[in-house]
Order: sequence, then C-alpha cells, then structure tokens
Amino acid sequence: MTYVKPKFRHPELPKNKLGYSVDYYEGALSTLCAGCGHDSISAAVVQTCFEMNIEPHRLAKLSGIGCSSKTPAYFLSNSHGFNSVHGRMPSVATGANLANKDLIYFGVSGDGDTASIGMGQFVHVIRRNLNMIYIVMNNGCYGLTKGQDSATADEGSKNKTGHVNLFEGIDLSSLAIELGATFVAQSFSGDKDQLIPLIKAAIKHPGFAFINVISPCVTFNNNVGSTKSYDYVREHVEATATIDFVPEMTEIITSYEEGSLKTVKMHDGSSIELHKLAKDWDPLDKISAMNAIQHAKQKHEILTGLLYMNPETTELHKLLNTSDRALNSLKKKELCPGSKALVDINAGLR
Amino acid sequence: MSAIEKNKVIVNDFVVRFANVNGTGSASANYLFTKAIFRMGVFVTPKNIFPSNIQGLPTWYEVRVNEKGYLGRREGIDLMVAVNPQSFAKDVASVRPGGYFMYDSSKKLHPEYIRPDINYLPIPLMQMSNDAFTDPRQRQLFKNIIYVGALTALLDIEFSAIEGLLADQFKGKEKLIAPNIKALQLGVDFVHKNFTYPLNFRVEKRDLLKDWIMMEGNAACGLGAVYAGATVAAWYPITPSTSVVEAFSEYAAEMRVDEKTGKNNFAIVQAEDELAAIGMVIGANWNGARSFTATSGPGVSLMNEFLGLAYFAEIPTVLIDVQRTGPSTGMPTRTQQSDIMEAAYASHGDTKHILLFPSTPKECFEMTAEAFDLAEQLQTPVIMMTDLDLGMNDHVCPPLVWDDKREYKRGKVLDAEALEKIAKFGRYLDVDGDGIPYRTLPGTHPTKGSYFTRGTSRDEYAVYTEDSGAYQRNMDRLIKKWHTAQNIVPAPHLYQDKNKHKNGLIFFGTSTYSSEEAMDILKEEGIFVDALRLKSFPFNKTVVDFIDQHEKVFVIEQNRDGQLKSLLMIELQANPQKLISVLNYDGMPITADNILNQIKKSLSLSTPTVKAN
Ligand SMILES: Cc1ncc(C[n+]2csc(CCOP(=O)(O)OP(=O)(O)O)c2C)c(N)n1
Ligand code: SF4
Ligand SMILES: [Mg+2]
Repeated sequence: MTYVKPKFRHPELPKNKLGYSVDYYEGALSTLCAGCGHDSISAAVVQTCFEMNIEPHRLAKLSGIGCSSKTPAYFLSNSHGFNSVHGRMPSVATGANLANKDLIYFGVSGDGDTASIGMGQFVHVIRRNLNMIYIVMNNGCYGLTKGQDSATADEGSKNKTGHVNLFEGIDLSSLAIELGATFVAQSFSGDKDQLIPLIKAAIKHPGFAFINVISPCVTFNNNVGSTKSYDYVREHVEATATIDFVPEMTEIITSYEEGSLKTVKMHDGSSIELHKLAKDWDPLDKISAMNAIQHAKQKHEILTGLLYMNPETTELHKLLNTSDRALNSLKKKELCPGSKALVDINAGLR
Repeated sequence: MSAIEKNKVIVNDFVVRFANVNGTGSASANYLFTKAIFRMGVFVTPKNIFPSNIQGLPTWYEVRVNEKGYLGRREGIDLMVAVNPQSFAKDVASVRPGGYFMYDSSKKLHPEYIRPDINYLPIPLMQMSNDAFTDPRQRQLFKNIIYVGALTALLDIEFSAIEGLLADQFKGKEKLIAPNIKALQLGVDFVHKNFTYPLNFRVEKRDLLKDWIMMEGNAACGLGAVYAGATVAAWYPITPSTSVVEAFSEYAAEMRVDEKTGKNNFAIVQAEDELAAIGMVIGANWNGARSFTATSGPGVSLMNEFLGLAYFAEIPTVLIDVQRTGPSTGMPTRTQQSDIMEAAYASHGDTKHILLFPSTPKECFEMTAEAFDLAEQLQTPVIMMTDLDLGMNDHVCPPLVWDDKREYKRGKVLDAEALEKIAKFGRYLDVDGDGIPYRTLPGTHPTKGSYFTRGTSRDEYAVYTEDSGAYQRNMDRLIKKWHTAQNIVPAPHLYQDKNKHKNGLIFFGTSTYSSEEAMDILKEEGIFVDALRLKSFPFNKTVVDFIDQHEKVFVIEQNRDGQLKSLLMIELQANPQKLISVLNYDGMPITADNILNQIKKSLSLSTPTVKAN
C-alpha cells in the first residue's frame, strides 16, 4: 500500500508571491489517527511556508522517530526530508546545516524523541546554537509505541489505560531557556492563530528556535485525567500575549492600546508584535520569562506564546568562523592543498 | 630469549627499550634518539607501550633498529634504559642474556636486580642533572637528555644528527639549544670516562631510507581527509583515535583558511558522544559535504544504529576506526585488530560495510582519500580499519604523493540540469544495473528531485510503503551494489605472480611487517609459502583463488577469535579446515618470531618434513 495524495489543483486558489498556491506546500496523505494534534501542526507549517513565500526546496525537514517524526512526510513534498533515528535528529541537522548554511533547517521531534532518548542531543544542539527551527509535538506519551508515558507527562496525569504517572514531568521550554536558547515559544496544536506567527518568527530567528507545541494524542492520551488532552489544554491554556509576525517592509496598520504593545525587531527587518502582554513579563528578559513559566505552573496553567527571545544571537557557523559560502559548494581547488604543499609536509617529516 | 652473540660486532640490528615514568618528558628525548637513527639512513621502528594514565605510571618506548628493513616488533631487548625504579624487576628480566641494563645509579641498585648474564651500565643521571642544572623542571627533563647523550656514545650515533634535530626543534628558540647540548655532552663524557664504547651492537650510517619519511598513521589519516576535501569533521575524544581529528584540525588550520576572508573552509565539532558524531557525519554527507569521524571500538559500538541507517538510506559515510584492545575499560592504550567483525556487520538487520586495511602511514593517507571516493561512489559507510600501533607510533615509509590531476569521485549526484532531463526521479531506482542509485542534494531544484529519506519502508521512488516486495527488491539491489563494490575497492596485494606453493599466508594492516619478515625467515630455512595482503573488504576473486589454490592458508591477525578468518569463512564459504589462525592478542604488536613459531608448529604437526616444494 502506498500513500500518495491524489494531485488535484484547484485553479482558483490564491497564489503567493512566488506564484504557488497553498497546495504546493502540502505533502503526502497523512497516516496519523484522525484528530491527532500533529496533523494540525503540519497544516500550520504548510500555511506558514505558503504565507512566507518560502521556496520549499530551500528548506530541509529533519526528524527522529515517532508519530510526530513522521509528519515531515505530510508537508512540503518539494523539500528534502530525513526521517533519521530515534532521538538523534539534532545531530543529523547539525551535520546538514554545517554542510550548507544557506537552507532553512526545520526539525520535528516528539516528546519521547526529545525528552528521553534524545535528551542529550537536544541539550547539545541548543548549546551549539544551531540555526534551525526545532518543534516538539508534545503529547505526553509515546504515540507510535502505543501510549506509554513520556518524560513530559505531568506528575499525576492519567493515560487511557488508567495508569497514573508517578514522576515529575520535564519542562522542555524552561530547560531550553536555561541552556541558552535564544528563541523559546510554546503553543497548542489547536491554536493555529498563535502557532503560525510563532513558526514564522522561529524561521526568521538567526539561531536555535524552539517551539514546544502541546499536541494531543487522541488515541492514547486524550482521556479525562490526562493533562495533555484537548479538553484539559483548552481549559488551562494561558497566553503570554497575542502575537503577530510582521514581515519586513510591511506597514503596521493595526493600532493597540498604549502600553499593551511590544514590538521586537528581528535581524532582517521583520518584527514580532505582541499585544495584551501578560503582567510583569518581558519577552527579552530571561528572568521574567522563567518567572512567568513558574507562576503559570503554580496555577496549573499552560503558558503559551513567545516565552523568551534574544534577537542578538551567534549561531554555530559564526562561532566556528566557517566560510560565507556553503561548505558543500567548495571545489577541489579550494579544498585540496595539492602536491606542492606535500613537498613541504614530506620535508618536515624527515 | 636467545643470547647476544659474544665478540661479534652487530651493525644496525638491535632493540633498545626505554623504561620511563609517564608525564616526565621522556617522550621527546626518546623521539630524539629514534629520529637521529632515522637521519643516519637506517630503518628504525619505535613503539610506545603506554598506560591509560596522564602522569606517574610506567611507560615504555621500544626501538628496533634494522638494516634489512624489517619494521615489525622484535622480541628480546638488547639494551634496556631503565629510569623508572617502579618497573626495575620487569625491566631487568626482559633483557636478553649478554644484553645491557643502563640505569640511573643515583640510587644504589638493589641486589635482587643483579643478573650474572647481563651487563650493567650505571649512570648517575639524576645526580648529574642536579649538579649541572638548577631549575627543577630542567633537572627532570635533562636527565632524559643525558641518557640520550650516553646512548650516542655507546651506539655510535652521530652527534651531528642530534644537533641537527635540536636545531630543527628549537627554530626560533635557539637559546634552548645550548643547555640540551650541554646535557648530551655530559652523557657522552660519562661514557667515555667509565665504559668501553661503542658496544658490540651499534649504528652505522647508511643510505637505506632515501627520501622516506617518519610519520604516525593518525596524522596521515587527518592529512588524507584534508586532501580528500573533507569539510565537516565530528568526533568524540577516545584513545587511540583522538590524534586523527587533531591532525585534521592542524593541517586544515594551515591549509584550509581562506586567505582573503580569514574564514575556515572546514568545520570541526567535538560532539557530545559518538552517536552524535556519526549523526553529524551522516547529516553532512546527506547534504553533499564530505564528512568523517574517527573513533575506536567503544565508539563504533555506539555508532551501530546510525551505521545501519547510513547503509539502508545509502548515505556516504567515512569512519576511521583506530582499533585498540577491548572493552571500554580494557587496555585502551594497547593495540589489536579486534573490531573486524564489529565493523564488518555493524548494526541490526542485514548490513555489511566496506572496510579498508591500511598498513603504513602512506596507505593511511591514500586510503583515507580513497575512502571518501568509495563512500560517495557507493553511497554507503566506508570504515578505515587502522589500529593503535599504526595510528600512534611513528613509522618510516615512502613519502606521501598526490596526483594533482586526480579528481574527487563524487558519485551519482544529479544537479538541476540533469534533473531537468529525466522524466521521473527515483532515488532508489537501479538505473545503471550496478545497484547504485542516483541521489540529489537538498536545495537543488524547485520541483524535481526532492525525496524523503528513511530506512527501508519505501519504494524505488522513495514513496512510503511497507510492501514486502518493495522491501525485498531493495535488499536485493543492495547486494548487487555490494558486488559492484567488490570490483572497485582496493585489490589485495599478491607477493607472487602466480600461486605456486602448497601453503599460503593471508595478513593485513599492521600484521604486515612481521608477516613479511616471517616469510623471509621461512624462505631462508627452505620453507616456501605464497602470500596475500588484504587491503579491503568485500573480498574479490583473487582472495577466493588464493584460498582455493593452497592446501593450508595461515591467516595472521591480532585478535583472539580469528575474526578475519571468520569473515573469510562467512563471505567466501572458505573451508575452515584449510584456514589456520596465527594469532596474537596480548595487546603488543605481533612479532615475526611469534608468527614463525605458530606456523612451524602447525606445519610440523601435520607434515613433519615441509621443506621447499
Ligand atoms: C532505538 C529505538 N528505540 C525504540 C524505538 C521505538 N519507538 C518508536 S517511536 C517511539 C516513541 C516516540 O514517542 P514520541 O517521540 O513522543 O512520538 P509520538 O509518537 O508520541 O509523536 C519509540 C520508543 C525506536 N524506534 N528506536
Ligand atoms: S497514536 Fe497518537 S500521536 Fe500517534 S498518530 Fe495516533 S493520535 Fe497521533
Ligand atoms: Mg509523544
């Protein structure tokens, strides 16, 4: 059985600046369970890339293993994708990015893939500030292996089998901030309006950009008593602010009440506009971000939106002082020192 | 251990062993000794025998000097330079009858170390150094240089050779030359005053080495990667492989920095572990950069899952395995050829990998460069099987050469233009009938050539499927590719135009030197054998024929289980009765004596009168 989407193009679909309609950004037919949160995130990615006029072939999709890690097959079929091994997407992304700095690297992982088997690589890719988007589709369980608790399941949360999780859940967003990530956001698969501008900003961020998206697993963890079910998340979600992504050269037309608006300029001239800011929270201030997360936790709220950001960031290529040209484009004459250099090397070994 | 012949002058054929404490600066003094003999044009082979420790434990450095060009280890110590009282008992015991024991006599030698059948050369090294130098660090260092001075007198080493080396070493820091010369002279003078010199074995200047060089295999691998155009290196420190990436880093810093921009045409990442290191290498190669990692056995174990992915997803991958004795808490600083099986079949599922077996630094250089060509041509992992002996010891070998006309073989990669010309791109389609499909790199073409990379649940067009037929077709194509590989990997070296003797030897890598020496000795004794040196896996027809055409084939290797022999049995269905293992697995490089003993024992057991045939 193969899964290829029937190609039917609606002639009247609106086109973006590149002349592509939104279906150009779609992927193969999803094989996930109907209603799976992950599919909504895929749809948000499609919409985002369409709106941002991204050339799909200039973006590479990378993932680990899990239902979540399958999703790159379901969006952007004109992009290269790499479904690697469980928990190791960050290393593959690191190598790929080092080879060619000129593409967008879009990483997708699950909470099992990131917070358990892949915790080491997650931590280190942040430390290295790899220029990539890293999305965790977080359902608090291992969907693909049939619903076992993951390390992000909250203590006391109950899964479909009635099993209650005994252990403290790992908060990936706090951890990312702590480790020095310069773009950290949290969202909910059911909130496209928030997710799309967040992904846009993450793509524009010139360093490691992390988005932890709560994405319910309808099959194994959507029951009463689960803190990752649709109902629970909807009831407990609390946004830091509403968010708009404003591409460069766009005239800002909306106006908001004074004092409730914050504009964060991105390096390329685009900006993020945050409205109705949470009290005492400044997205550019790490400590206030940490405080906001902790306060929300105390109140059993799930804080979403942009949590922390530092537009001044130094990604891995800058740290390593690599060539401005993509390393994979260098040719023999730039790479091979040739026989002449070998004469001296040999002489030095005598 | 046989005795040294008395009253006979032995030229250019002896073994000196230095017994030091690690971390005391003895390494550079000992290197000076070796290099001086090298500069006198005589074959010389040093071996480090060192502990997994930074300071304070016994360490040995063994130097074989040889006129005939035998570069393997030889048993029996002619002269022991003992500067570490901790290991005196062992050191005294290892001297051949008639040999010499030089020691630091600043403290009196305990009577239990007196053997009537060896000669003693007491030199108060510490005392002399303390008297001549005031700085404590200098006192420590120059104690070593004093014994090098003494050795030059005892072994007739040209003082000018040492002076030349010091001049090279301290270029720009000439102030340091004088105290070194002073220490050397102290040693020379002491010998002149107290001993008969030179000894009955000694060095004589020759021109045997011509334009040869002296180099460590790891440095040659690192340089090979620079020449091969590797741009991304990812690694995790582990002895004995660490110096591969260190060398890459140093050579790249010299030769790969853009002159105009000052920016690096390479990237090196010290990964968080070997899993990440190989993941980065796979990611970079997937994206069209030549990328490699270096590790040792424990690292290869950790890389297993990813190696399987690279095999099935068909991503070029270069891995340099500098083998050591296992396991992780084994003797990490001793040598072995014991990762053969681990590397050949690394990972789960039906996997097998290309292996290369270099045996000299020159081959390390050439084969590393070739590994990248093979990996890209075949779109699969290529594992360089070197070892601690080759990687971390200096070896004399012919100079490195590079043909400027040589182009990188980047394999079947479709660019935008090529994609325009084809009707439908199939990532795993066997277009040419050689099992090797075409690949594309991310970013190449807006509408053509993109595909989703995953293990095996896909068809020829990389479309997701769990169809059994598609899986099996893919597996069969991979085997076809393996057969293609057989004909392009480095062919084995045959020592004879035609196989003509009853018995044959098969060996590879660092077992080569001693195997060649053993062959010569057998010949002198009238026992003739054919021989074949393997340079790669998969094996080709030459190996099949070699086994077929001999009654007995001795498979010489440095591990307990005869891993290469197993590989020959598994892959070629070679008759196990025919294959006789000649093994060494004590962590020390194999010697010709050891090989001879094992071969002769086997021959005399079955055919008591094997002579010339
Ligand atoms: C090395 C290894 N161990 C175990 C597995 C089995 N496995 C597949 S997916 C998965 C968990 C995935 O969970 P998560 O990342 O949260 O993804 P989800 O399916 O929930 O989206 C596991 C344990 C594997 N593929 N590889
Ligand atoms: S099992 Fe859960 S995570 Fe997996 S596809 Fe179904 S709903 Fe989604
Ligand atoms: Mg999950």
